[in-house]
Amino acid sequence: MAIQRKEGSFTMYKLEVRQTNKIFKKEGKEVVALKDANLKIEEGKFISLIGPSGCGKSTLFNIIAGLIKPTTGEVLLDGKNIVGKNGNVGYMLQKDLLLPWRSILQNVILGLEIKGVTKKEAIERAMPLLQKYGLGGFEHHYPDELSGGMRQRAALLRTLLYDQDIILLDEPFGALDAQTRLLMQTWLLNIWTDFKKTILFVTHDIDEAIYLSDEIYVLSPRPGRIKEKVDVHLSRPRNEQTLLQPAFIDLKQHLFALLKQEVVLEK
Amino acid sequence: MRDNPEQIILPHKVKVKEIDSSILIEDEELKERRRKRITLIGQLLIGIFGFVLWELFAKWKIIDAYYWSSPSIIWETGLIAFTEGTLWSDLLYTSGATILGFLLGTFFGALLGLSFWWSYFYSRIAEPYLIAFNAIPKLALAPVLVILFGIGFSSKVVLAFMMTVIVTAIAAHSGVKSVDSDLEKMLFSLGAKKHHIFAKVVIPSAMPWIVSSLKINIALALAGTIVGEFISSRQGIGRMILYAGQIMNINLVWVGVVVLSILSVLMYVGTVWLEKRLLRGRRIRE
Repeated sequence: MAIQRKEGSFTMYKLEVRQTNKIFKKEGKEVVALKDANLKIEEGKFISLIGPSGCGKSTLFNIIAGLIKPTTGEVLLDGKNIVGKNGNVGYMLQKDLLLPWRSILQNVILGLEIKGVTKKEAIERAMPLLQKYGLGGFEHHYPDELSGGMRQRAALLRTLLYDQDIILLDEPFGALDAQTRLLMQTWLLNIWTDFKKTILFVTHDIDEAIYLSDEIYVLSPRPGRIKEKVDVHLSRPRNEQTLLQPAFIDLKQHLFALLKQEVVLEK
Repeated sequence: MRDNPEQIILPHKVKVKEIDSSILIEDEELKERRRKRITLIGQLLIGIFGFVLWELFAKWKIIDAYYWSSPSIIWETGLIAFTEGTLWSDLLYTSGATILGFLLGTFFGALLGLSFWWSYFYSRIAEPYLIAFNAIPKLALAPVLVILFGIGFSSKVVLAFMMTVIVTAIAAHSGVKSVDSDLEKMLFSLGAKKHHIFAKVVIPSAMPWIVSSLKINIALALAGTIVGEFISSRQGIGRMILYAGQIMNINLVWVGVVVLSILSVLMYVGTVWLEKRLLRGRRIRE
């Protein structure tokens, strides 16, 4: 069962996932991809989901993004049910998914284009962001001319410019090397501070989860479910020093123990 | 040493110069240009050599000039056909029918192929028919088409159209099938409707596939037009060749073949230009 700690009995949650199940039928057998998922997320928090593959992280994200419908349960955004409705949250997948025939600028304004914002206005809104967040001078380059880290930045700015209160990030830095990864994490924290978004972040990396988050949900597989919620009480802003604090190490040990159980169970 | 620094620097400079002259700097650009020039010269020489050999063989009676003609006779016959005959209007007729059929076939073929993206069942049900229709030798249908559309211009356009439409449709369909479903997912997450995805992802994704069929199509369209003219026509280079064959004017047949070859090359060059335009702004990685 999911452990929930109530901060206050009348807190209005930004996003609530209630008793959500997703069951597939495969070769006559029912596969539970997600079981009794409950999430209560306050506005402006940085939340990580961590767990081995098959724990239902992607299913949960797809449900929140409205790309698939849950078998049962509901997803409330500001108290309104958004089950099966796409376009209410920003969603960035693991791959950067930049369109190779569009320049970086044209890629970044894609969401605005779909919303019906005029091209001129979209560019006016995008340019300062590109300048500020490390893509200045690359507006008219094509994605295949950029490094992996820059492509991820562009993809995230595209999601950000779409301007939803909640952003789902599905292992955005999974494919990057360790140095770039650390830079990108700090970059992401800056953006999060500037824009005051609520972020849900999927990762395999315990350090990354602790470094970035306010709360960490540990998921476990077969059936995919939320196993435990861990609060991270490390002061912000965080930097490399944070990684060496005793509190950080303690959390890391705790999470490692939780995940180790899963891996042992799997075998 | 401090008093006269030049003495220290000078020998040093000289030394560097000496080393410089012995270092082999490879200028990649220059090499590339030279390679291209040599290739072009080689290509031209082979062509000229071929024509000269043809001419000489015919002159020395190694080959029978009655059947094989010769470059000089073809040139003369061609000039007469252009100035006194109807070669110009024939050329216009044939190239017009080919290009029109090619453009219509490519356009509607692409439309058909792209339309398969919209519905799973429509695409799956139609697919075997597309393949079957592709397997039909369309040229064998030429007599029927000529009867249907008459011996005029339109039957040739229809033949060129038939030759190209399915090829393009299959290419576009392959392009549609290759669209990255994650890209669709990403657009959905940005609140896109199906028509947004079609315009922003499906068409651009399928474009290289459609474009790749253009070069084949232009040659197919020309073949369609010529067969149409063979079957029955009042004009066109195909008709001219057929007529020349019937009156045993083999030199004129050769003129037709050469003119068609030139036409074919020119249309190919045009297609390459069209390709570049359609894929403009897209980087092609090699």
